[in-house]
Parts: sequence; C-alpha cells; structure tokens
Amino acid sequence: MTVQLPAPVDGATLRPDLLAIAAIVPNGAKVLDLGCGDGALLEYLVRNKQVKGRGIEISELGVLACVRRGLSVRQGNLQEGLADYPDASFDFVILSQTLPFLNDPAMILQEMLRVGVRAIVSFSNWGHWRCRLQFLFSGRSPVAADLPQQWYESPRRQLLTVTDFALFCDQIGIHIEQQTYLVHGRRVHTGRFRNLLSTSAVFELAKG
Amino acid sequence: MHHYTVGNVTTEYFTFAEDEPFCLESGASIGPVTLAYETYGQLNADRSNTILISHALSGSAHAAGFLDGDVEKVGWWDDCIGPGKAFDTNRFFVICSNVVGSCYGSTGPASVDATTGKPFGLSFPVVTVGDMVRAQEKLLDYLGIDRILCVAGGSMGGMQVLEWAAHHPARVRAAIPIATTAVHSPMLIAFSEVGRQAIYADPAWNHGAYYDKPNKPDAGLAVARMVGHITYLSEESMHLKFGRRLQGMEKYGYEFETEFEIESYLKYNGLKFTRRFDANSYLYVTKAMDYFDLTQPTGSLAATFADASHVKFLVVSFTSDWLYPSYHSKRLVSALTAAGADVTYLDVKSSWGMMHFCWRSIR
Repeated sequence: MTVQLPAPVDGATLRPDLLAIAAIVPNGAKVLDLGCGDGALLEYLVRNKQVKGRGIEISELGVLACVRRGLSVRQGNLQEGLADYPDASFDFVILSQTLPFLNDPAMILQEMLRVGVRAIVSFSNWGHWRCRLQFLFSGRSPVAADLPQQWYESPRRQLLTVTDFALFCDQIGIHIEQQTYLVHGRRVHTGRFRNLLSTSAVFELAKG
Repeated sequence: MHHYTVGNVTTEYFTFAEDEPFCLESGASIGPVTLAYETYGQLNADRSNTILISHALSGSAHAAGFLDGDVEKVGWWDDCIGPGKAFDTNRFFVICSNVVGSCYGSTGPASVDATTGKPFGLSFPVVTVGDMVRAQEKLLDYLGIDRILCVAGGSMGGMQVLEWAAHHPARVRAAIPIATTAVHSPMLIAFSEVGRQAIYADPAWNHGAYYDKPNKPDAGLAVARMVGHITYLSEESMHLKFGRRLQGMEKYGYEFETEFEIESYLKYNGLKFTRRFDANSYLYVTKAMDYFDLTQPTGSLAATFADASHVKFLVVSFTSDWLYPSYHSKRLVSALTAAGADVTYLDVKSSWGMMHFCWRSIR
C-alpha cells in the first residue's frame, strides 16, 4: 500500500499561466486558491514564496493529490460561496482557469474581494484571432487555444473574451490593478491588440 | 504481509484516582480508575511523535498487531497502524486506550466496585465523551507526554478527537476526525435509544444486575447490535452485499425462520457481539455519545474551537454514510474555518475504495 507522491513542482514544471499568477504573489502572503486542482500552484507558492496557502477543490482526486503534497485543502463547491471565511482573511484569492465554468461569476468575484485584499483571475480568451477566424470561416463554435474543450463537453462553460471581462469588472465596481497577457503560456506585449493576440489573460483585481 | 505489522502486542494497564477520586462532568466522581492501553513504535527523545488513536462505540485498546501473539486477534485498525502504514510506527509512537465505561479492561459497569466487592452495574456513574478524554489525559501525564502530534479516530473516536481539539487544544498539534459529528443528532439519539430499550426489555438484564446470574441479556444486546449494524451499512451496500437473496433455500418458506441473507447476517453479527461486549457498557457508551454536543455552552461551534486555531485538522466524511452524513462534517469544517484553523476536508465518494478499508474497521 505505497502512496505515489506527486513530483515536486518548480519553475520549470509549473504550467506557464500558473507561473504568471505566481509572479504577482509576494513572499509570505496569505493565499486562498479556489479550484486548486492537484495543488501544483499552491505547492509552488509554499515552496518558493513561503506563502501560507489554503485551497478549495471540488474533486476527490484533486484533494487527495493536495493532501499528498502536504497542502491544506477543503473539498467543496466554491459556487456555494466563501461564507465561512472572515473578511480580509487572505492577501490574495486566486481563481485560475475556472471563471468560464461559474454560474454566478459576479458573486464569486465579490466574495473573493471580501475574503481577500486582492484577487487574481486567469482565463482563456475566446477573443483571440484564431477563435474569431474559426467562427467566421468554419461556422463552428470556437475552441480556446488554452482550453481545448468542445461545446458539448462537461463541465459546461461560457465563452468570454478579455474585453468582456474588463467591461464586466468595471460594471460591478471592481478595479483592475494589473493585466498580463499570454500566448500559449508565454507572456507577450500585445499593445492595443490584447484581445486579438492573447490566448489567456491574468488579471489582478482590487475593490473599486 | 508480516513485515507490515507491529507484531505481537500486549495490553497494559494504568490506574489513577486512587487517592483523590476522578470527578465527572455529571458531578459524580469515581476512583480508582483503570485504563487499558496499548502502544506501538518508540517515543522519540523530545517526546514529540505521539499519535493518539481513539476507538468507537465497541472498540478496544487493541488497535494494531496480534494480541498476546494470537494471529486471530488482529487489532481493529491494523490496516492503518504499522510500519510503513498511514500511522507509521517506524516514525510515530502510537497509543490507543479503551474508554472509561467500556468493557475491554478499562473501568466500567462490569468492573468490581471496591467498596462493595461486587460489579458496579447501574451504580456506575454516567460518563461523557469529555470524561473519556480527561481520563486519556491522565494516561498521557503518566507516560510523560505533554503534547500529542496527532489525535485520530472515527465515529465516537472522532468525537473524542474533536473533544481533544476543543477543550485541550494546547496539548494537540493535529486532529483527524473521521466520519463523525460535533453534535450527536436527534436521529442518532433515537437509534441509541432503540438499542437501549432492547436491552431494558430483556428480562435477563435485571436492571443491570446480571453479572452473577447464569443468563445475560444477550437477546437484548444482540437486537441493539443489529440496529447498529443497519446504520453502519447503506441501502446501496445492502443491495450489493445481500440483495433479496435467500439463505440456504430456493424459494420462500412462508414461515418465520431466517430466510433472507440480510436477516442471517444481522442475526450472526448480533450473536457474535454478545460474546465480546457487555450490555451495561453498551448503555453507558451510547449514553456518552448522546450527550455529545460541542455547540454548548455558547451555542456556537466556532466559539468552541476558538482556542484551536493552531491545530491542523483533516476532516474526512463518506458520501454513503447516513449515520454521520457529510453535512455534519461540512458544518464542522465551516466552524473550524471561521475559527481560523488550518483545515483539510475530504468527502470520500466511494464506500468501496481504499479509505473504506479504514472506515469499516472503525466502528
């Protein structure tokens, strides 16, 4: 009955979009990672940035992987809210690649900024030129480069673009502190054409 | 398989409250009190590697290895305690003690009252989970252990784990409550009471005074255990394990002999239980569970754990568990989170997986 321990993550093995998130988090911060999956990002932050990390993950396999990494993770559905957590109990609350799957993104974003001083959100961008061309020329639903999932696959997700998200933040009174744009995981300077050129984005948010 | 075991073990005994009686939550007191306990592994130099294992309703101090070298007498949590196992005895010093009120060597209603020279029976005072834990605390004092690295257990063992964390947090670094609750629910009290009523209704029970009689209240105790066994299974597991299969016959006999496999299983387990457990202990231990309510006295579970914010918790529940459903654990996890404790929570979906191995042996 030997337990397979996941390989420790470092800068070379961590997914590039998670590295972009990690770059925003300062040393020693208190971090809550929503939908933390197998805990790769949290482990990286604990090892390399000495953060005090916590996670919420819906899948049993994800939680087990986190436990094997020695992380503190609650199995639960973050769509039920973060009511147990006191106000401002974290420096950063992270939501990576989960935004398109949420039923009520406004509620989650506002809860993130109640529980945390700052929020970091990353998501795939369906505004990328390849998605646009796909829709225009093949007439088929676009598939995001960083989230290769067909329209019929579950969990169901909602397409959005970085422009949509920026407007939405403005609409619900959330301030965008900084934005990082990625193309296939690599950080790029997109200038004015960020919606057209980026496949993913990382936003750091604060209360408006 | 043998190199994964702690090997042959013997139960040891520790007696306290010989001079001053042990005061109970009820206001009554008792003394002297003996605790049966077993230890596995070695205590390290700075006495910081202790894991305390708490047993459930019908458990004993014999949690791992072969009792007195008898390979038939395997510890109740041997799947999880041993060299290289979850509670690794190469690294940790593991202690398990029988609770006060039980009948496996610790002082309980079947023990002889020194003042009368006869078994206590119903003159034994009612004990609580809090009393059980304070008795364990005396054992730790005796063994010279200030702080335990971890306390772990399921069901009533999990209640002791929570009692440790809530009321003795300075002595606990980590806690693993499994398939348990912070508040014994009315449904659980109801099942306890059905079991107790079955014992009361047995004429051989004789108001608890049966130790010198030829007949014991076995029929009542067996029914109590049968009720318990139903609650330990789920409807799904009964379907899978027994279905509507008949025992040793092709078609219905239209009579009242045991016919269905599930009937036979319950009867067998009820009978088997009477050979190893004392009916009065069943009354006392179930009563202790019924009194368990960590929301008191403040009414807030989070307030109860206010001093436990340094304790690291691993809370585990099972989706098929209807005795301690997952929402009991979720409520606990919410309170611990609000108290600022470091909580990991796992709601195990399959009741047939590896964890189930540990789980089924808990009760």
